[in-house]
Amino acid sequence: MSLQLDFPAVLERWPSFLAGAVLTLELAAFSTVCGAVLGTLAAVGRGAHSALIAAACKIYVEAIRNTPLLVQIFLVYFGLASLGLKFSAFTVAVAALTINVGAYTAEIMRAGFEAIPRGQIEAAEGLALSRLQIYWHIILLPAIEKVYPALTSQFVLLMLASSVCSQISAEELTAVANYIQSDTYRAFETYIIVAVLYIILSLVMRAGFWGLGLVLFPRRRRLGTPL
Amino acid sequence: MQQKPTSSESIVSLRDVQKSFGPLRVLDGVSFSVERGEVLALIGRSGSGKSTALRCIDRFEKVDGGEIVVCGHRVDRPDVDLRALRQDVGIVFQSYNLFPHLTIEQNITLAPCAVKGLATGEAKDLARKVLAQVGLEEKLHAYPEQLSGGQQQRAAIARSLAMQPKVMLFDEVTSALDPELTGEVLKVIEQLAADGMTMVMVTHEMGFAKGIADRIVFMHRGKVHETGPASILTSPTTPELTQFVGTGNLKS
Repeated sequence: MSLQLDFPAVLERWPSFLAGAVLTLELAAFSTVCGAVLGTLAAVGRGAHSALIAAACKIYVEAIRNTPLLVQIFLVYFGLASLGLKFSAFTVAVAALTINVGAYTAEIMRAGFEAIPRGQIEAAEGLALSRLQIYWHIILLPAIEKVYPALTSQFVLLMLASSVCSQISAEELTAVANYIQSDTYRAFETYIIVAVLYIILSLVMRAGFWGLGLVLFPRRRRLGTPL
Repeated sequence: MQQKPTSSESIVSLRDVQKSFGPLRVLDGVSFSVERGEVLALIGRSGSGKSTALRCIDRFEKVDGGEIVVCGHRVDRPDVDLRALRQDVGIVFQSYNLFPHLTIEQNITLAPCAVKGLATGEAKDLARKVLAQVGLEEKLHAYPEQLSGGQQQRAAIARSLAMQPKVMLFDEVTSALDPELTGEVLKVIEQLAADGMTMVMVTHEMGFAKGIADRIVFMHRGKVHETGPASILTSPTTPELTQFVGTGNLKS
């Protein structure tokens, strides 16, 4: 038994790999931004005075956390189709990934909110800030700071999990790989290259989050303790 | 929507205030008032209700009964305009509660900008002014954790002053500090008193209370047990206050 690897036969398809990698990164970027907003709102909603809003947010989070991503993608994909709504595979993928990561973000952000000392909020109330102003100026950034490593891991995980979007023929990295390996019969080489590309994408995202952290948390930069 | 002041000179007035936490009656008919420019010290043992009484003034606790009027706001009513009340009342806490992610300047300018709509430039001038008042001009761009406890507490006082309150509440503001740092904070409060600020303070610093307070309210088991000028600390009339000041609380 001998292992013969023929990388050149696969690597000549590099423009397709590159296009797939770029699409994966775009999927991840859009869903991360939308999911972060959705998740933060859901985390705020879980603490709402209105029992209805709090319950709705809880049901959303639990429903998503207890079903597989692939099933969620199919639900969005076929659900929209059966309503007669036509969207591109990319749009459907972003919507499904947003809904998915929003639920996980909500749980992480809730932990961040709960870690804010009560005294911070009392001090802000004592200064006559409104509820919205307190969330915006006093709670949000310190809460994100407390859970930043967990949050960014979740977003990298989302990028990796976006490979299942190949199932609805979004032309992301894994879909491209499936296509190339069936074309070249070089499955092992193809997936080795794809794995390396995913590692590179992860490193790119981590570097991006590190840079974002420098902007978001100037105090840590000043005191020499960046996240 | 600010309510017109109802009484002429009382900035703060509590009448027969009741407050329970579950079965525990913390305030049992507390009454006192604070005139404009007056310094009132609330003293008493831990659990006597003095901190709760103070927090009721800024409605951090809702009362079960009685009447509280602060700068014309009916604080005991459920429809009190909280944000209007808290623009008139400044409060400083034992644990400073500076916002850790903001510089001292940002800590101070936040509320004047967000609540009063001050322009950034004006707010920064104001920050410089109030920091000078507490002797911390050079810490404008520092973060709270770069300051000592005493400096943090002085910055918290400056932050409160920037809202130009009509009355300041101090809730055991030196209890977390060592004697040296306590001194620098007390000096700032003394200066405020000399400038005519109306103040209500919960304190365990009997020597300080004696030196600065126009009136002492001694609380015991949720009631005002003895009240009078600072001299009651040296010649108390009730056995409870005698015992309280006699247990080494009064430093000369």
